[in-house]
Amino acid sequence: MKIVVHGIGVLGPGIENWEACRRLFKDQCPYDGSVMPDPMPSTLPANELRRSSDVVRWSLQAAQEAVQYSQLDPKIMGTVFAASGGEVGILHKICQSLDSSMPIVSPTLFHQSVHNAAAGYWSIASGSQRPSTSLACYDSSFEGGLLEAATLLSTDQEEFVLFVAYDVPAPFPLYETRPLIAPFAIAFVLGKHALPMSMSMLNITVLSEHDAKSPTAMLHAELDSLRLGNPAARGLPVLHAIAKNLTTSIFLDYLDNLQLQIDHQPCQPSQD
Amino acid sequence: MGRVEGLEGVSLKSSLSHFTCRNNQLALLGLQQDGFEDRISKARRQYGAHRIGVLIGTSTAGILETEHAYQQKNPVTGRLPSTFVPVGRFTQDAFSVAHFIRQYLQLTGPAAVISTACSSSAKVFATASRYIEAGLCEAVVVGGVDSLCLTTLYGFSALQLTAPGPCRPCDANRDGLTIGEAAAFVFLEKSPVPDNQHSTALLGYGESSDAYHMSHPHPTGQGAILAMKGSLKSSSLSTSDIDYIHMHGTATVANDQTEDLAIAAMFQAHTPCSSTKGWTGHTLGAAGAVAVVLGDLCLQQGFLPGCLNTSTVDPTFSSQVLLQNREQPIRHIMSNFFGFGGNNCTLILGRR
Repeated sequence: MKIVVHGIGVLGPGIENWEACRRLFKDQCPYDGSVMPDPMPSTLPANELRRSSDVVRWSLQAAQEAVQYSQLDPKIMGTVFAASGGEVGILHKICQSLDSSMPIVSPTLFHQSVHNAAAGYWSIASGSQRPSTSLACYDSSFEGGLLEAATLLSTDQEEFVLFVAYDVPAPFPLYETRPLIAPFAIAFVLGKHALPMSMSMLNITVLSEHDAKSPTAMLHAELDSLRLGNPAARGLPVLHAIAKNLTTSIFLDYLDNLQLQIDHQPCQPSQD
Repeated sequence: MGRVEGLEGVSLKSSLSHFTCRNNQLALLGLQQDGFEDRISKARRQYGAHRIGVLIGTSTAGILETEHAYQQKNPVTGRLPSTFVPVGRFTQDAFSVAHFIRQYLQLTGPAAVISTACSSSAKVFATASRYIEAGLCEAVVVGGVDSLCLTTLYGFSALQLTAPGPCRPCDANRDGLTIGEAAAFVFLEKSPVPDNQHSTALLGYGESSDAYHMSHPHPTGQGAILAMKGSLKSSSLSTSDIDYIHMHGTATVANDQTEDLAIAAMFQAHTPCSSTKGWTGHTLGAAGAVAVVLGDLCLQQGFLPGCLNTSTVDPTFSSQVLLQNREQPIRHIMSNFFGFGGNNCTLILGRR
């Protein structure tokens, strides 16, 4: 399945946006993972922002950045939101309040708890009535989301898809069941055909067990730990190829026995 | 509420016992019905395990286990029980139900859990259809599994959306939904089985977002209309081809009212419609797959179900809501699903 990248957004420890990420890979700037962003996406109205979860703020910040780069109207984009854990902070609060002699769930927490909360807030903020899918595939949530986005495009259901993958570590004690290394969010505006501002072309193939190669890793040890420590950060090798304008094939593990092969080709000539 | 009796006694075979939780017990019980497992074994030999996908809708997966674990926290350290922590991936995790089904049925194709609240297991049909069209799979096990948990029971109650008695969809005095639990599975293949005279087909689907409110439907049913229109377009059918509208019909004041407005805006008043939530309760993330299974039976038997428990249709409604069961041949059924976050999906089923 051939798809085109029109815009990118990214947010992680030591990575405040796509420009910072691009510089990190392209210019080999030093990486400092101790700097943690505190996103406040302007797309959310102030009253929603105040009570929004970390998951919503991280995912919408990346989504908003990708849409800005694409210079396209978000109302024309279908969306795919992929997360392994989803609203783990809200789940923690609900479980805390259920563990009492007078169990209660606040109505706000309840509607914030659904796996598609981030997608719902995005559609309200952007005004997009296009179809929206929220999914989960444990460690393969980035890969599962990318496949969903690619099939939406290749079957002509959508002309443009905003794909967001994101996961935020749960608070203690829930954290111990899924100790993610750090929060991470990554977003792409994807389409079928190259436009003047398009960044890259991706050709995606699902490989079965016996065709699998060793998965593409990050050379930088700390970034590779990040890649393995948050399902959304499994997309880092794709960002690396885009930042460095590489014509290359990337291999991402998908579920326990499959792999995605992503053939990456830059749309723009290298500026070097 | 609609509770599946004896679910706690369902045991997973020892090699998969780490998946044990109410949601996966319900999934297993569902897979063991109506010769479904045998059909999948046959298909595995026909297509190969790697050519069959697994796409499951659920809203809460095994969150009941997490609720219990918090109730059993260590009072000193605040830590969750050591019996829960290592198996959280296989029970409470959102993907756990698809993971379990994939392993139980020995399938190795692409898989995902779709979780868009009450439209979850309708959306899996749309995704499965695209997977097949894009050549990722030859066939897909699609389904919905959602089990009772405190989060949904207390949550819907806090929103004042649960009825004190059995729910009454479209009734003038309807007073909320009845939560149920269910597992339902469908095997979706590219082409009809040649020797099967009774093959039901997914003829089309439409998806949309309300972009209005997290837990309240768009007041004029705009999102619902977009989903219904999308389903007609993708199946190349018009409103006059639809013989029965299987409503989302949760029996909350707002849902049924906006759904009626949306249907009335598109259809002539004589198209029969009803909700089956009075029969099954609202099975949330499983509602899509449950409705497809019921729809298949309606098509096979020429049966239109009336709204159970409803005595007087809301006089403000314009749609033709059925109160009594009716027998008549039907060609095409439209089924609606609307979830929190303003997530809508409409499916059209027909005979082939």
